[in-house]
Amino acid sequence: MVSIKGIYAIWLREVKVYFREKERVIASFISPLLWLFIFGGGLGGSISMNGVDYQKFIFPGILTMSVLFSSIFFGVYIIWDRKLDFLKEVLVAPVSRSTVFFGKLFGGITDSMIQGLVLLTLGYIFFVQFSLINLIPILVVMVLIAWSMVALGLVIGANMSTQEGFGLVQNFVIWPLFFFSGALFDVGSSALPDFLKTLSQFDPLTYGVDALRSLIIGYGAFPFYLDIVVLIAMGVICSYLGVISFGRMQQIK
Amino acid sequence: MAAIEIKNLTKKYGDFTAVNGISFSIKEGEIFGLLGPNGAGKTTTISMLSTLLVPTSGKAIVAGHDVMKEPLEVRRNIGIVFQEPSVDDLLTGRENLQLHAMLYNMDEETATERINEMLELVDLKDKADNLVRTYSGGMRRRLEIARGLLHTPKILFLDEPTLGLDPASRRSIWNYIENITKEKRITTILTTHYLEEADSLCDRIAIIDKGKIVIEGTSDELKNTIGEDVVRIRGNVDKKRLQKIKCIKKISFDSNGKYVDLIVENAARNLQKLLSMVGEIESVEVRRVSLDDVFLHYTGHSIEETGNDSVFSRIATYRTTR
Repeated sequence: MVSIKGIYAIWLREVKVYFREKERVIASFISPLLWLFIFGGGLGGSISMNGVDYQKFIFPGILTMSVLFSSIFFGVYIIWDRKLDFLKEVLVAPVSRSTVFFGKLFGGITDSMIQGLVLLTLGYIFFVQFSLINLIPILVVMVLIAWSMVALGLVIGANMSTQEGFGLVQNFVIWPLFFFSGALFDVGSSALPDFLKTLSQFDPLTYGVDALRSLIIGYGAFPFYLDIVVLIAMGVICSYLGVISFGRMQQIK
Repeated sequence: MAAIEIKNLTKKYGDFTAVNGISFSIKEGEIFGLLGPNGAGKTTTISMLSTLLVPTSGKAIVAGHDVMKEPLEVRRNIGIVFQEPSVDDLLTGRENLQLHAMLYNMDEETATERINEMLELVDLKDKADNLVRTYSGGMRRRLEIARGLLHTPKILFLDEPTLGLDPASRRSIWNYIENITKEKRITTILTTHYLEEADSLCDRIAIIDKGKIVIEGTSDELKNTIGEDVVRIRGNVDKKRLQKIKCIKKISFDSNGKYVDLIVENAARNLQKLLSMVGEIESVEVRRVSLDDVFLHYTGHSIEETGNDSVFSRIATYRTTR
């Protein structure tokens, strides 16, 4: 069973720590901004996708990328907590492992959303003035993406035994999730090679990008309800795996 | 009723047996010491008793609950101060205690009261609102002790509580531990490889080596089992003659050949006779048997020889306690 007080305590810790690790916060903005301004700006003039300026087209994708990276790394950083024993204090407290998992999950979602919100604001100012009635739905979709990605990161972090795996995670989990999601190209285009079309349909992030894209620039390759269903399903599955992983987690020597 | 009851507790990692079928029980309100060198299995034992590690086999009842069947109940009744500092660097001292209070489901009023009480007790009241990142090793350890006691547990586990601390900090922590546990009748189990710590603090001691309990009892009981006094003789000593002397219970030659330690029955009375029979003597030293002698007698090696005080382990400890 979960303890609400326990979840709150752990969530509060994550939020406080986020604001105190200034270097990490600033560094996490650099990458998405570079992609947007330089990559997007560089190609923007010459390419348009589906009638839309490329920079505008990839904005939802870059937004997703920011949520993806911050979410998964948040989860994977739990391995530092395990190695440096901060987590021991929590593991020895009379709270269930599920409580610990959900506290971390909400903490990670909060951290990712703070970053996402800043990027969204910058995007609105500099790139695409999406209609503001879509603001709440956009935020909801971002939360759904963060939910499954933080949970996924926590599952990985709980099962990895050393931090040497970080590089593996980046190359075999994060980049594939990002590239196959159609963040940078149109998954609905008829010009897309078949293998790419199939693989991107298996990437849960594709549906997140698609949902954001339809809300921000009005174009979506899949029906909106499908996007939401997939995101929620992904969130539930990853959370389930997370609760199990946390249950089995033992201290690292 | 025993506060802790352990029967045949074992922990194996594949082929390697860290803890090999240990059994003992600890009375309510006593300070119990688990004494042994690094790698003996002390931390592994504590981890099993505090439900952080699942035992391979055996049984452990802590505060009336089985660690494998009722871990949550066990955790409600124990406090633990870990070997490596586990207070959160990026929170203040007070915030660390507040987090703990919430995890242990203390209501806000009680929590605030206890937090102030504990901060006062460990002398961290004026630094309570600074980030733990700024604390010294001794301060972190004191904060951890405050945290371990915050929820008034029945049992307190201390894993090498003064490891890496300077002698002054060490002494004040011994004082805290003694005062707190006697005042509130908390049962305390402490692991250590410091003989002085075990000797001065603990009511009873169990010596552990290579995963097994070698012997158990009060400090005096342990010392009396191997006789009372040690006579250290430097000089040209004749081994054969020594072996003929009856009042000598044990002979250990120093590995460099510079002296011989003799455990002698009633050295006060037998000394003159002993010295006349031994050979050429340069100097004599008589001292009461120490826990290291006990350790050496029962395990065949000194607690220091296992190299835990080597330069590298000292650097490692300084790194972790910053």
